[in-house]
Amino acid sequence: MAIKLMQGNEACVAGALKAGMRFYAGYPITPSTEIAEISAEALPKVGGKFIQMEDEIAGMAATLGGSLAGLKSMTATSGPGFSLKQENIGYGIITETPCVIVNVQRSGPSTGLPTSPAQGDILQARWGTHGDHSIIALYPSSVKEIYYTTIRAFNLAEKYRTPVILLLDEIIGHMREKIEIPENDDVEIIDRKVPTCPPEEYKAFKVKEGDIVPEMAGFGTGYRYHVTGLVHDETGFPSGNELVADKLLNRLIDKIENNKDDIVTYDEYMLQDAEYAIISFGAIARSAKAAVDHLREEGIKVGLFRPITIWPSPDKQLLELGKKMKKIYVIEMNAGQYFLEVDRLAGKHTTVEKYGKINGEIITPEDIVSFVKEDQNA
Amino acid sequence: MDRWELRLSGSGGQGLITGGIILAEAALMDGKNAIQSQSYGPEARGGASKAEVIISNDEITFPKVENCNLLLSLTQLSCDKYIKELNPEGILIIDSSVEMPERDDIKVYRIPILETAEEKMKKPMVANIVALGAIFKITEIVSEESLKKAILARVPKGTEELNRTAFKEGCDLIK
Amino acid sequence: MPSGLVNQYFRTQNLAHIWCPGCGNGIVTRALVKAIDALGLDKDDVCVVSGIGCSSRAPGYLDFNTLHTTHGRALAFATGVKLANPKLNVIVVTGDGDSSAIGGNHLIHAARRNIDITTIVFNNNTYGMTGGQYSPTTPTGDKGTTAPYGNIDAAFDLCNLAQAAGASYVARGTIYAANQLEKNIIDGIKNKGFSFIEAMTTCPTYYGRKNKKGNAVDMVTYLKEHAINKIAWEKLPEEKKVGKFVIGELYSSTRPEYTEQYDRLIDSFKKGV
Repeated sequence: MAIKLMQGNEACVAGALKAGMRFYAGYPITPSTEIAEISAEALPKVGGKFIQMEDEIAGMAATLGGSLAGLKSMTATSGPGFSLKQENIGYGIITETPCVIVNVQRSGPSTGLPTSPAQGDILQARWGTHGDHSIIALYPSSVKEIYYTTIRAFNLAEKYRTPVILLLDEIIGHMREKIEIPENDDVEIIDRKVPTCPPEEYKAFKVKEGDIVPEMAGFGTGYRYHVTGLVHDETGFPSGNELVADKLLNRLIDKIENNKDDIVTYDEYMLQDAEYAIISFGAIARSAKAAVDHLREEGIKVGLFRPITIWPSPDKQLLELGKKMKKIYVIEMNAGQYFLEVDRLAGKHTTVEKYGKINGEIITPEDIVSFVKEDQNA
Repeated sequence: MDRWELRLSGSGGQGLITGGIILAEAALMDGKNAIQSQSYGPEARGGASKAEVIISNDEITFPKVENCNLLLSLTQLSCDKYIKELNPEGILIIDSSVEMPERDDIKVYRIPILETAEEKMKKPMVANIVALGAIFKITEIVSEESLKKAILARVPKGTEELNRTAFKEGCDLIK
Repeated sequence: MPSGLVNQYFRTQNLAHIWCPGCGNGIVTRALVKAIDALGLDKDDVCVVSGIGCSSRAPGYLDFNTLHTTHGRALAFATGVKLANPKLNVIVVTGDGDSSAIGGNHLIHAARRNIDITTIVFNNNTYGMTGGQYSPTTPTGDKGTTAPYGNIDAAFDLCNLAQAAGASYVARGTIYAANQLEKNIIDGIKNKGFSFIEAMTTCPTYYGRKNKKGNAVDMVTYLKEHAINKIAWEKLPEEKKVGKFVIGELYSSTRPEYTEQYDRLIDSFKKGV
């Protein structure tokens, strides 16, 4: 058992390597740069590849190229770079190319406050690329959780053949915290399913009965097939047929939405007897947890619901909270993005209030305590 | 004390973030919890730099300093900026180049940290280790054994002796 | 094309292609396939990558590992494929707009790295798929739907651009001199490094009609009469070069290739150096 002081961004790379990352392509941007730097140092030592591309768009493209050639691939970026990557994230979705995109969020829009934290990309993670689609986005809130959530991001990417977005924020990306990684960590590692049939029988985008996604052959393994961002049929070739489009696009959504029970994870704190719930994630969930302790001391029955899977949203749980709670407070470092999702679900049954900050200052436990108390006294 | 919240402030390039990491690593060796974080401007050198360290026997939820009970300031600018957030009864360690602040509810140590590194040791870059020596002597926030081990694990190879001396010089600044 | 080649290298079930009558893209694609055949490459080891545009539809018709990516990004995807699996012969098929406007940054950096990718630009001087807008290679003064009064931009010399950026093999050909184009593609694929081949082709539907260049035959005749082989070009006095362009192998050099360099780095750790 090794106990280490580790930075969040460093834990992300450690988790990625544990998951089997062998390809990284990216572009430097604060506050995600350490992820590229550490990957550049570590990958060649394990026979993996690192490349610093000419821009963010190329970083996303090469990451997908590496995955299509058979390697587990990752890229990392931050606000402006995440915006630039969106078109190719869509390409990864429609071509079902597994990869992990880390977005260490910072203040925006545009260059904003480059070294200040924010949680302003919650909705961009969901709807950043054009067109209808579903997406998986995860959001850990401690260094240890970054390590394990990065592994999970790779597992989900490979299992569901889709880009997975790992949301971090500047606070947890840059802070150093205790982490214990067991020497023989037997955490589950999932690899993409590859075809075993004769090449002439391989249909690159046909889902076998009992499977969730098509088997994926790496380029150069004897299965010659076509990959395109156009709507395509089971062979992979483009089609303008509305039935083909319907089938493909709905399958891409359903493979995620119908497997929420497997994908959705969350954490609860003091919710058992709570009358009020705070919903928060990432670094701010830490403030919220401290606030819950404080409010409990003052006799306010409050608990914390912390989604770790941000997308697809834990809709069952949010609906249930709405039924149970007198009120729900959504606390996030933005102007109310996840609030919209909570209000859409829990808001059917209870009042949902939001509290946010967008000036680059972290939301403190004190901020949350005063907000809740003021609301209770109002 | 169960929970220490420290701010190490000065200008970029003074090694304060490394200093904070070393303190946090020493705390882990002592079996405690620790979190280190920082804030910085766009400049790699110069500009304002601040490292924060929280050391606690309990779980640390909120990762930033809220109730600062120790402030180290190596520059006037950083002292002016952070002094108001130092708790009453808190400890202030300032370099002798920094003016005495107008607060009588805190304990102040005004010691020649930069001079010791620059003049006495002829190595300005060990100022952070000199400061760690002083912090240790005043607070015993971590054990001496762990702190020395943490320092030697972080400093560049070949500078171990230099840093050992710097640590001792820092301790000696506190009588 | 000899039907044997069609059966061997084309996905015949996906034909007919989308290209207009008179379009030269088929001739360039044929030259590519003939080059691959002449080199005896295993189809499983060939990866053809494209971006968006008329020419970028070519991979869909070809029986290799094929990747039809986003607009301008073929070289960035191809860089990922090649670095992840260096044994693949990676060939990028792209257009003038795809490679030098939206994808211009990737072109110069792929050339700079000298990564072992052969890029074939189907240069028809226009954006065909979107209906004939002017491109970075539309000659100054020529028209496009977005240059109704004539293009005031200066045109790129793509071969000069690739060479200056670091490509280790550079050639230009035309669909008229298709055999020479094929030879250049062979040499480009053989070159261990970044190879850049500009194939001058025709778009009678948009560029030709908009600029009154006549029918497809007229346009091919124009390429025949204005293209001058490198050897003859060098002997030509400057005043006779006006309005003409040079074809053939324009540049070739040897310098370290990117993926080999990276593999050397990996090997250094294996040996514990």
